[in-house]
Amino acid sequence: MSMEWWRQHLGKFWLSAVYAFFYLPLAFLVVFSFNSTRQDSVFTGFSLRWYQALLKDTRLVEGFSLSLQVALMSATLGTVLATMAAFALVRFGKFRGRTLFNAMLASPLVMPEVIIGMSLLLLFVGMERVLGWPERGTLTIVLGHALMGMAYASVVIQSRLKEMDRSIEEAALDLGCRPFQVFFLVMLPNMSQALVAAWLLTFTLSFDDVVVSEFLAGPGVTTLPQVIFNYARRGVNPSIYAAASLLMLVVTLAVIIYGIQIARQARQSQSRPRESSNR
Amino acid sequence: MCVHGRAAYETVKLFTSLHQFSLRYGRLGLVSVPWFWLLLFFAVPFFILLRISVTDMGEGLDPFAPLIETRNGQVMLHLKLANYVSLFKDMDTGWLQTLYTESYLLSLKYALWTTLLCLLVGYPFAYFVARSQPAVRTFLLLMVMLPFWTSFLLRVYAWKGLLTEQGIINHLLMALGLVQEPVQLLYNDISMLIGMTYVYLPFMVLPLYANLVKLDVRLLEASQDLGATPWQTFWLVTVPLSRSGIVAGSMLVFIPCLGEFVIPSLLGGAENLMIGRVVWDEMFSSNNWPRASALAIVMIVGVVIPLAWYNQRVSRKAELESRT
Repeated sequence: MSMEWWRQHLGKFWLSAVYAFFYLPLAFLVVFSFNSTRQDSVFTGFSLRWYQALLKDTRLVEGFSLSLQVALMSATLGTVLATMAAFALVRFGKFRGRTLFNAMLASPLVMPEVIIGMSLLLLFVGMERVLGWPERGTLTIVLGHALMGMAYASVVIQSRLKEMDRSIEEAALDLGCRPFQVFFLVMLPNMSQALVAAWLLTFTLSFDDVVVSEFLAGPGVTTLPQVIFNYARRGVNPSIYAAASLLMLVVTLAVIIYGIQIARQARQSQSRPRESSNR
Repeated sequence: MCVHGRAAYETVKLFTSLHQFSLRYGRLGLVSVPWFWLLLFFAVPFFILLRISVTDMGEGLDPFAPLIETRNGQVMLHLKLANYVSLFKDMDTGWLQTLYTESYLLSLKYALWTTLLCLLVGYPFAYFVARSQPAVRTFLLLMVMLPFWTSFLLRVYAWKGLLTEQGIINHLLMALGLVQEPVQLLYNDISMLIGMTYVYLPFMVLPLYANLVKLDVRLLEASQDLGATPWQTFWLVTVPLSRSGIVAGSMLVFIPCLGEFVIPSLLGGAENLMIGRVVWDEMFSSNNWPRASALAIVMIVGVVIPLAWYNQRVSRKAELESRT
């Protein structure tokens, strides 16, 4: 095998090796979710018993529904706050305390989750002592996730706001729009994709988080990742493999639908080149 | 005519000032909501952390007890730095030989190794993806993102099954003749580094790809025309030009690795103590809130603030460069 042969094929080898690395654990989860025994090294036969066990496992099912609620609420709250913060930073020029504001907004990106969770726990314990509110539970988890998600969401929204053409907003103002009309009629449609991306990112962060939830959850309140984390520390539990496979199925379907939509949009803009250049 | 003009002028002025008034207070309202939110949920908790880190530890003491107390007409300020001292000094082993310094260093070690491994695997990967056909590229990138959207916890958990004594990796190693009998892969450095590299590789690949895909191919051609070998072109042109991508990717991997909690809990053994787990144990097992707070403050001051500052500087520099 000559040098030239290697140069031509090294790329393919490297890419396939890394993709194998990426997908090996996922393949493992799917295959062993169908295993007929608790074994996690030998495939002993096909069965659906772990999927049945999953549906009967009330802790997993309840955890799933709680996680879904928490993620929906915290993603929405985080995205709204992030939009406001991004507006202030990108469009308002200098204002008092801008540097501190920016630093506080971005810090959860570099702060270990353990520290975020712990400091919020101390805050909520202190607040509960002084004000008698809030009790640790769903609300405190939502607040914690929203704080984390806001940092990530504001990065996405800020970068979109920076590239948006200000003259369109000015034109709308000149034509008699009120500022809030400019926001809802001109800016919002223009930045909707970034908002959706930010919301999805925050949702995923929340749905996946175990550390902050472990700190902020009260007695009797456990999100899906917390349940999984507790099971995982105890050993093999193929019900979790089944849950993982279902989750992967949902994500894959979503990505495929998204891909089809993108392809359709690309085709449409190809057939109407003038309109796409206006966007 | 003149009076008319004057009235019109006054009306316009009134409306503009009204408009400016509402604009100004609208702005103030818009800024103040996220401002107060961050103040309450970020700044205040930080000060509580700071405050609890200087309270007395020990049984039955209230971590929220007031720091300033007046007793017999005297104002007393309770400030205990014992928590900080105990992080660095042990009764038996002396300075800098404690469980805590050890776990800080171990966290640093794992974060550095993971960053290096991600760079080693991720750089060529990002390079080859960026050099592939544009039509294939989107698909390849999507394939990187796809595992990223499925639960991080579940992917780490899968490695636990893969790395067992009778697991698939051991079978694979034996089939390839690399080892004669099953080796211990779980609950040690190997499983820690595999898990962390696996989880954080996309964070390295994505910024590197974004950088490499913008690389001007004409520069590579010029280098080749001037007589450089492909290897020289790679090291003398491609790598230096992608420096900002390398820095961005390394930061994205290094920072979350430092405080990692889930991976050491699932894949690490008793001796793979990282600082996240130590903070956790102090908080929930020993119930020593003051010491846990001191640990967190040292971490923030020693690592988080310098990194945040560096990050800010790099991004500002990049912004200035892109403007010129």
